[in-house]
Order: sequence, then C-alpha cells, then structure tokens
Amino acid sequence: MNVQERKAENGVNVEALLGAREALTETPEAAAFKWRATSEWINGTHSRATVDGFFGLGEEQKHRQAFQFDADHPEVFAAEDNGATPVEFILVGLAGCLSAGIASVAQNRNIQLRSVKATLEAGMDLQGILGIDDAVRNGFEGISVHYEIDADATPDEIAALVAQSQKRSAVFDIVTNPTDVNVTTSKA
Amino acid sequence: MSLRVQRRPAGIVDVVVIGAGHSGLAMSRALSQRSIEHVVIERGEVANSWRTERWDSLRLLTPNWMSRLPGFEYRGRDPDGYMTVDEVVDFVAGYAAYVAAPIIAGTAVTRVRPATGGYRVSTTRGDWLCRAVVAATGAFNVPVIPLVADGMPTGVAQFTARDYRNPAQLDDGAVLVVGASATGLQLAQEIQSSGRQVTLAVGEHVRMPRVYRGRDVQWWMLNSGILDQRIEELDDPQRGRRLPSPQLVGTPERATLDLNALQAQGVETVGRLAGIRDGKALFSGSLRNVCSLADLKMNRLLDAFDEWADCNGIAADVEAAERFPATAIGASPRLGCDLGSEIKTIVWATGFRPDYSWLDVPVFDRKGHLRHDRGVVDAPGLYVLGLPFLRRRKSSFIHGAEDDVRELSSDLFDYLDRTCNQGRTSVIACN
Repeated sequence: MNVQERKAENGVNVEALLGAREALTETPEAAAFKWRATSEWINGTHSRATVDGFFGLGEEQKHRQAFQFDADHPEVFAAEDNGATPVEFILVGLAGCLSAGIASVAQNRNIQLRSVKATLEAGMDLQGILGIDDAVRNGFEGISVHYEIDADATPDEIAALVAQSQKRSAVFDIVTNPTDVNVTTSKA
Repeated sequence: MSLRVQRRPAGIVDVVVIGAGHSGLAMSRALSQRSIEHVVIERGEVANSWRTERWDSLRLLTPNWMSRLPGFEYRGRDPDGYMTVDEVVDFVAGYAAYVAAPIIAGTAVTRVRPATGGYRVSTTRGDWLCRAVVAATGAFNVPVIPLVADGMPTGVAQFTARDYRNPAQLDDGAVLVVGASATGLQLAQEIQSSGRQVTLAVGEHVRMPRVYRGRDVQWWMLNSGILDQRIEELDDPQRGRRLPSPQLVGTPERATLDLNALQAQGVETVGRLAGIRDGKALFSGSLRNVCSLADLKMNRLLDAFDEWADCNGIAADVEAAERFPATAIGASPRLGCDLGSEIKTIVWATGFRPDYSWLDVPVFDRKGHLRHDRGVVDAPGLYVLGLPFLRRRKSSFIHGAEDDVRELSSDLFDYLDRTCNQGRTSVIACN
C-alpha cells in the first residue's frame, strides 16, 4: 500500500457517522426517528407537500428550512403538470438515498469520487391504476437503476460501493419490502 | 436468605463444564492436565447435538485432515473427505475416551446460579457446587424462526433445520426453503433431488467454491491465515459473529454448492422472505443485490488467496487462478407465492441461537445476548466456549477449540489461583 496515500474528500463526515453509530448502539431510544411530511391539495391532480420538522435523537428536530414539493401529473394525463408525478418522487427518493450511501461508503473506504450519475427507469402498466385489468398491479413492474461512477477505484470496488449502498439504504428497503401503511381520515 | 432447605449437593468440584461436545472435552483435558477437579455434565451422551439434532445427510464443512482436537487428530483413510454425522460422533466419542473425561451423562443442567465462592449447578440428578463454570453448550441449540412466520396460514407444514431429517418427512408438494447458508442450500438441493419443487428464499449469504486452484477452500482459509483471524482485528466484531455459514457442502465429489448449481437443478431462487400476508409469502426485491454482494465478496476472497499464494511461493504448487460465473438471476424473480395451494411445506434454515435459559446469572444484555469478552463472561468464574468467532474465525470449528481452550483455560487457572488466595472459599475447598 502507498504510504503517502491521499485521504479521499467526498464531503461526507464519516467520523461523525461512525460516532453516531456507536452512540446509538448504546442509546437505542435516540435512534428512533420519525419522518414527516404534510401535503395540501391545490387543484386538479396538483398538490403541494412540505417537509419541515422530524423527530430524532430524543427530541423534535427541524430542517434548516422548510422544503416544498409540487406533485402533479403530466399533460398526457389531461393534467397541468405543475410538478413531478408522485411515482417519480419514488425514483428521486431512491436515487437520493443510494447516492448518499455511495458517497458515505466511498468516504469510509477512502475512495475519491469524481462523478456519480444515476439513471433510473421504472416500468408501469396503466391498466392497473385505471382498473382495466385486475391482474396488473398499480405500482411499478420493476425499477432499473444504472450508476455511472468516476472514482479512484477498480470496477469491482465501484460495484461493491453500489452494492453496499443498497444493503444499507432505507429507500431501497422501502421499495423492495412490504411496509404496513395506515391511512386514517377526519372531517375538518 | 432462602428458607428452602438446600438439597445436599451431588458433588463439590472446582469446575463444572457443561456440555460434552468437542469444546467441553477439550476444556476437560486442559483441566485434567492441571489436576483441577471437575466434571463434564452432559444432558445426553457425548456429542449429543450431533446424535439427536442434525439431518441425516449432513457432513462437516471441513475436510477430515482439518479435524483435530488437542492431542488428537484424524487418523482415517480419507483425509480429503468430510465426516458424516456418525463419523463426527465417533470422532468426538473417541476423544472423550482419549482424554478420559469425567462425564456425568444423561444429566441435564436446569439452573446455574451464584453461590458462596462460586456457583450452584442444578441438574436433573442433583446439584453441584463449584468455583467456576464453563458453558460449552454450543451455539446451535434453538432454531431461529423469523417473526414473519406468525402470519403463516394453517395447513402449511413447518420444519426447522433441527427437526428436519430427510425428504421422506415432507408432503409431496412444493417446498419453500428459507435461508441461503450452508444449511439452506444443502436442504434445498436434497429436497429438490427428491422430486419436490423447491423455492429458495435468499437473503445475504456467503458464497465460496468447494475447491479452488485444486485445493479445498478450507485449505486456503486455514493456510492464508483467515481462520486464525482474531475477533479484535475486525472493524465490526458483531457482524463477524453474525456471518452465516458459507454455502458449502462436504461430498465425496467435492462439488461446489451455490445458487447457480441449484438453479441448474431446477430450484427457483427468490428474494428474502419479507412477509406473509393473506396467505401469500412476499419476497424482497433485493435478490440481485444480495447475490452481487456475495459474488463481489467471493472474488475479494479469491484475490486474497491469489495474493497470498504469490507472496508465499505457493502459486506454482497449485492450479491456475480462476474466477467463477456471477450468480445468474432470471429476468424477474417472483415477489410472492401462495402458501397452502402452492407451497405445502416451509423449511426454516434461518439459523440457530444458543440456549442459556438455565443460566440464572445477570450476564445478558438488553437483547438477551450473553455479555462476554472473548469467552470470559461478565461474572467471576464464568466462561463460554465454542461460539462463532468467539476469539478467532475458527472458534466454532472443531480444530478451533485448541487455541481458544488454551487461552480461556489459562484465564480460568489464573482465576482459580486468585480467588483461592482471597479466602472466598468457605464452602468449596481449594486445590
């Protein structure tokens, strides 16, 4: 091994992450997070979601600022296309989660990243949501993700980064495994 | 103070070893060599788990030449073969005779609790008082069944790796084997070969060829030093200890057993069993990734073997380096199947855990795991042996007992010496 090996700089504070891992092993209560979003219907298929606060480390937390996301449907759905289609947010979430994981794992393995580009595609048969064919599911038939990564690493090391990122990804877990969903209503 | 009249003890010794498997017997030999008075209490006979809790076709995952215990080695005519269950029983029983272990057989330990100067070991045949206890009861006592099993519809027969013996026990219909360690793959292969359609649910796993460059993969693991790797060298010791057993089988043909081999036999691979809902088993969409992780990890292991061979002048003595095809996954692995109408039997090959229900000493963490430092339990004079990666990667292997027993017995001797000088021995005599 090269003694003068440079330390990779991917902008991830791995020491803090490893410190958190150790601390949260000791205090499992602090590891219990709650993620939240609110959403308000605007018009048609357009709604606007806001994420602001969340719960973690035993107390209420806040993002640096509130973030808003417009969700709508494209014009081919006879909608106004004021924002991304909700299913596209799933792809956005998956890419965001996997890329964050790749950067973190690369930092931990001292691999310098130069570029990390993801292309995602999900097949969906509209016969499902339109109720044309009960045998067709509403959701994706599958998701394909391709990562093009430029880094100081061999192709196998790059593949291992992406594999490890999937192994530790929350969104990958959410889309690959069943999740219990509880929707309730109240009259305003 | 208990008002209950204590039964007169069955005996008073310095050390009680619980379990007459290979680890307990190796510890017994170390104690005998120091003339430390002890007994080895065994619920059944020597090598009891091997006699009563393993499937018929099981063989060791290590070749015979590796099977050695302190002062005792394999002397059969097939050093490259793999012991059957009966041969393991004979080997361990032979060792028990060789070391003349003071075994109290047919006696189950029901409770171990602190007593003056040591412990009271209650058994189905009386209590023993001792200064120290060595738990050599093994790591593979209780089958672990995932919580998702709670949703299992009635009418689906369930087996664990502990009560499965052979395919004749099973309904003729399709079988779902859950788990892709050595156990899961071996049972999937055997059941598929019996004519039953097998679906194998695959989570994270460890893939290895049986033979690499003409040598058994365990030869490489041993000689390159991987099996001697110490727990304190690992970045994440807990992960090292949780690692499932590698996908290996010991057969006379020295055949590699991996997902590609099983799929060629007609076994269908699906993702990890993620849930059971409305009578359907749901499989994770992570199959490709767990296979990719295992393929990459296998290749890193083979790279390490090659590098070791090059650095140590072995390369010329072994065959050429090779790499194996990636695990083939079909276009769209199934994400679910019907339980009952399609799957008639589930075989849980989802691991085992040790059983310390008899240990009435506050030495468990909040998850119920034994608190110990490399076998030295967090209570004076209490030791544990034979757990995966207890001290070294080889700790749960038969040949792994030697180094662990040497180190742990040394700690135990120090403890006995130390406490002897502290006058804590009002009940139990010192040597």
